[in-house]
Amino acid sequence: MKNSGEMTTGASPMPADRFRPKDPTIPTLYQQSVEGRRGIDLPDLDVPEAALPADELNPDCDLPELSQLDVARHFLALSQRNFGIDTGFYPLGSCTMKYNPKVNEQIARLPGFAETHPLQDSESVQGNLELMFSLQQWLAEIGGFAGVSLQPAAGAHGEFTGLLMMRAYHRDRGEPDRTRILIPDSAHGTNPASTTMAGFTAVELPSDARGNVDLDAVRAACDGSVAGIMMTNPNTLGLFEEHIGEVVRLVHGCGGLVYGDGANLNALAGIARPGDLGFDVMHFNLHKTFATPHGGGGPGAGPVGVSARLTDFLPGPVIDVDRGATGDARYVLASPKKSIGRVSTFFGNFGMFVRAYAYIRRHGGAGLRANSEHAVLNANYLRIRLRDTFRVPFDRMNMHEFVCQGAIEDTGIRALDISKRLLDYGFHPPTNYFPLIVPEALMIEPTETESKPTLDAFVEAMKAIAAEAQSDPALVKGAPYSTPVRRLDEVKAARALVLSDRAKAAPG
Amino acid sequence: MTYVPHTERERAEMLAVIGVERTDGLFGDVPEHVRFPKLKLPPPASEIEIEREMQALADRNSGTDPSASFLGAGAYHHYRPATVDYVLQRGEFYTAYTPYQPEVSQGVLQAMFEYQSMMCRLTALEVSNASHYDGATALAEAVLLALNVGQEKRTKILLSPAVHPQYRAVVRTYLRGIHAAVVAGDEDGSADLDQLKSQLDQSTAALVIQSPNFFGQFEAVEGLSAAVHAAGALLIVVTDPIALGRFRAPGAYGADVAVADGQCLGIPPSFGGPHLGIFTARMAHVRRLSGHLVGETVDLEGRRGYVLTLATREQHIRRAKATSNICTNSTVCALAATAYLATVGKTGLRQIAELCFHNSHYAAAAIAGLDGFQVNPQAPGKPFFKEFVVRLPRPAAEVNRRLCQEFGIIGGYDLGRDYPHLQHHMLIAVTELHNRAAIDRLVAALGQITK
Repeated sequence: MKNSGEMTTGASPMPADRFRPKDPTIPTLYQQSVEGRRGIDLPDLDVPEAALPADELNPDCDLPELSQLDVARHFLALSQRNFGIDTGFYPLGSCTMKYNPKVNEQIARLPGFAETHPLQDSESVQGNLELMFSLQQWLAEIGGFAGVSLQPAAGAHGEFTGLLMMRAYHRDRGEPDRTRILIPDSAHGTNPASTTMAGFTAVELPSDARGNVDLDAVRAACDGSVAGIMMTNPNTLGLFEEHIGEVVRLVHGCGGLVYGDGANLNALAGIARPGDLGFDVMHFNLHKTFATPHGGGGPGAGPVGVSARLTDFLPGPVIDVDRGATGDARYVLASPKKSIGRVSTFFGNFGMFVRAYAYIRRHGGAGLRANSEHAVLNANYLRIRLRDTFRVPFDRMNMHEFVCQGAIEDTGIRALDISKRLLDYGFHPPTNYFPLIVPEALMIEPTETESKPTLDAFVEAMKAIAAEAQSDPALVKGAPYSTPVRRLDEVKAARALVLSDRAKAAPG
Repeated sequence: MTYVPHTERERAEMLAVIGVERTDGLFGDVPEHVRFPKLKLPPPASEIEIEREMQALADRNSGTDPSASFLGAGAYHHYRPATVDYVLQRGEFYTAYTPYQPEVSQGVLQAMFEYQSMMCRLTALEVSNASHYDGATALAEAVLLALNVGQEKRTKILLSPAVHPQYRAVVRTYLRGIHAAVVAGDEDGSADLDQLKSQLDQSTAALVIQSPNFFGQFEAVEGLSAAVHAAGALLIVVTDPIALGRFRAPGAYGADVAVADGQCLGIPPSFGGPHLGIFTARMAHVRRLSGHLVGETVDLEGRRGYVLTLATREQHIRRAKATSNICTNSTVCALAATAYLATVGKTGLRQIAELCFHNSHYAAAAIAGLDGFQVNPQAPGKPFFKEFVVRLPRPAAEVNRRLCQEFGIIGGYDLGRDYPHLQHHMLIAVTELHNRAAIDRLVAALGQITK
C-alpha cells in the first residue's frame, strides 16, 4: 500500500505490489495457542496463601497461550495489514484525518499523568486539574461559550449530553412539551440517533438548491413544540450555511435552542466562533480538530461548550479555581447547580485532554486559524482540480471538505468502485455514500497537514481511475488487487454470523 | 507553530488555481461581524517548550508509584507488560479511523475479532461488541438493551446499591429522556440481594448486580438468574475481568449481559480515562446490541477476512431508529486488552488473580489486627477478591491526608463520599503490584497514624 507515483502512469493495469504477503491469512491467537506456552512470569507469592472460596472458582478461563515473541510478531503482522494516516493520504470526509503529533503521544505517557488515579485527593493532582481547567477555558474561548464540560467521551456522547441539557433547560422553565428536534437531511446519523436516546423526536428538514438547510422549512417547523435544532456548520457538504443567522433567529424566536455538531470545527477554529453565531451548545471532537488520534475507532473525546443559559446544566464535576487571599490558584472539583449528572466515570478521557492541551499550546490562536485556512485551501484546491472529472453538485466555495459524485456516466462505475480502486493507488478512499442527499457521494476532506505534492498525486490517481473507468471498467469493478484481501463478502458476514473464534488451543 | 507543510510558493500556486489572492479570501460566506476573532489563548510555543511545560504540570501530581497506592474503586494499577505499549505505538493502528474500508483494515478488524473472542470466553457469553467508552456507559447501554427487550411493558430496573456509585449515576443520566423507573434498593451498602429479588415483577426489565461488587465482595448469586428469568427479566452483571482469571464468569451463573471496565487489562489509570467498556451478551440479543461488531467472512478469492457487520443496527444506517448513537468507541483500549490477554495468557491471568486474592487477604488480616480497625464490618466472612472495606478509628480523609504527607502512601477510597452511613470507612485495593513489604508499610503507617 505504498503511495507510488509510477502506478498512475505505468502501463500495467494491475500494479505490482511489493508488500502483498504470499499468504495473507494470519492465524488467530487461538489458532496459534499451544497449551503450556507462557508469555509472562510473575513474582512468587510472598505472603501466606488464603483459602480460595471453592464455590466461586472458575476451572479454566480459556485464554490463548503464547510466547512473547509470538505476541510481538502477531500484532506487528496485523499492523502491517492496516492503513493509518501515517501510512498515507486519508481524505475521509467529516473525520479530519490530520497528522497526530508524535510529541503528544510521548507527553500523554508521562508517568505523572498516566499513573495518576482519578479518585486521588485534589491536592495531590493539582497538575491534572490545572490542565483540565485551562483546557475548559481554551475550548470555551475557541468556541465562544460561557462554560465547558470535558466529560463526554466522543462526539455522539457529546451530542447526547447536549440534548439532555436542552431537555433539562426546557423542563426547568416549565416547558416539558418541547419534544421536537429539527435536523437537516444532510446531518450525521449520530444526530437523529442521539435525539431518540435523549427522548426527543427528530424532524428532518430538506436542503435548498445551494446546499443550505431550507429556510422556509425551518420557518414552517418553528413552533412551541420545538426544543431546538441541530446544525452542522459548515455542513456535511462542506458548505458554510449561508442563512445561519436567520436560522438561529428563527429557532430562538420560537423558544428553541441551537445545537452545533462540532465535527466540522476544523474549518472554523480561529475563523468564527459558533457561540458568536448564536449557538447554545456544541461538542468539540478532540480527535478531529485537536489532532488526538482516532485509534482505529476510538477513544476520542467530545467535550461540550454551552452558552450562559446552559452552564448550570453541564455534567459534573467540572474544574473550578479558587484563588485565595494570596492569589495562589487551587483547582477544585465543582458540580453545576442543576447538573444533568454524570455521563461517564471520573472526568472523561483525560489522556486525550493532555494531547489536546499540548496541541492548543503549540498553535495558539494564530496557529489554529492558520490550520483552518490551510484546511480550506486544500479542500478548495482539490475541488477545482477534480470538478471537470467528477461532478460537484454544489459547486461553490467550500470550507474544509467538499462532496463530488463518484459515478462515471455510461460505465456502470460507482463511488464504491472508485473508492476500492483508490486503494490500489495507495490512497485511503474518501467517505462514500454520505451525505445521503447526494447520490454516489464521495466526501473529500484533505486536512491542512497534507502537502501540495500529495494532493496533486491524489488528483492524478482520481483522473487515472476515471480514465480506466472508460477504457476498462471491469478493471475498476474488480479492484482492489494489491490489498491483503480483496472485496469481502459482507452479506455472508451478516447472514452466517461468526463473531468469535471457535479455534481451540493445541495441546502442549 | 503548526504542522502545515505548505511553502510560500506552493500556497501561491494553489491560491492561483482557486482564483483568490489570499487565504482569508476563502471565507466570504462567513458573516463579517464574526469573522476572524482574536482568540485569547496563550501564545504558540515550540515542542521543546511544551515538553518542559507539560513535564512541570505532571510534576505537580504525586502518588504515581503504583506499589505505594491502595486506591481502586473502579480504576486500578495492574502490571502492564511492555508488549502492550509496543502494539499501541504502531502508527498503522492508532492513526487509523474506524475500519469502514476492510481491505486495508484487516489488522484492526482481526484484532477486534480476537478481542471479541477473548471477551466471550472470559465472561462465558456468546457475543461481544468491539467496545464502549467505559464500564459505566457499557452498563447504561445494557440497561437500554433490557428496556428495549421489555418493549415498554417493562420499565423497572433493579439496581443493586453495591454497583459502583458512578456507574449508577451514569445509568440515571442515560435514563433521563426515557420512561423508566430505576429502583435502587435502600443504599445501605449491604446489598441485600434477597430484598432486590423480592421486587422482581412483570414490570421489571432487568436486575443489575456487580460481582465482585463495589466493596470487593462476591455476591451470593446462587438461584439469582432463575429468579430473574422466572420474572421474565434480564440479569445484567458488572464484573472485574482480572477476577475472571480464577473466579466464576457471569455467563456461568446465568447472566444475560455482562459489562466491565477493561482498564485493568493493560491500560494505565490515566486519571480516569480513556478506559474500556466491555459488553458481552447472549446471542439472542445480538440484533439489539449497540456498538460495532466484527464478523468473519471471505473475500472474492475465498480467503478469510473480517468486516464490520450488522451495521443496520447502527446510527449511520438506521439514524433515529438505531440501537444507540455510538460511533467512536474505545478501539485502542480494546487493542491494549487484546495484547495484554495474549501476553499474560490463561496461566498468567489466573496467577495475577490469585496474587490479588492472596495479597489482599494478607493485607486485610493485618489491618484487622490493628487496634480500632475492622475489616468488612457490614459483611464479615463474605468472600472478597482484591478490595475490602476497612472501618477506621478516625475519619478517612484525615487518615489519607496523613498517609500521603507522612508516608508517601495513597490510601483507600473514602466511602463516606458516596455512602453517608459509611463515614470512617475506606475501600482498600491490593493487587499483584503490592508485595509483602509494600503491604507491611501500609499497615505500619496505619498503626502509627491511629496510635
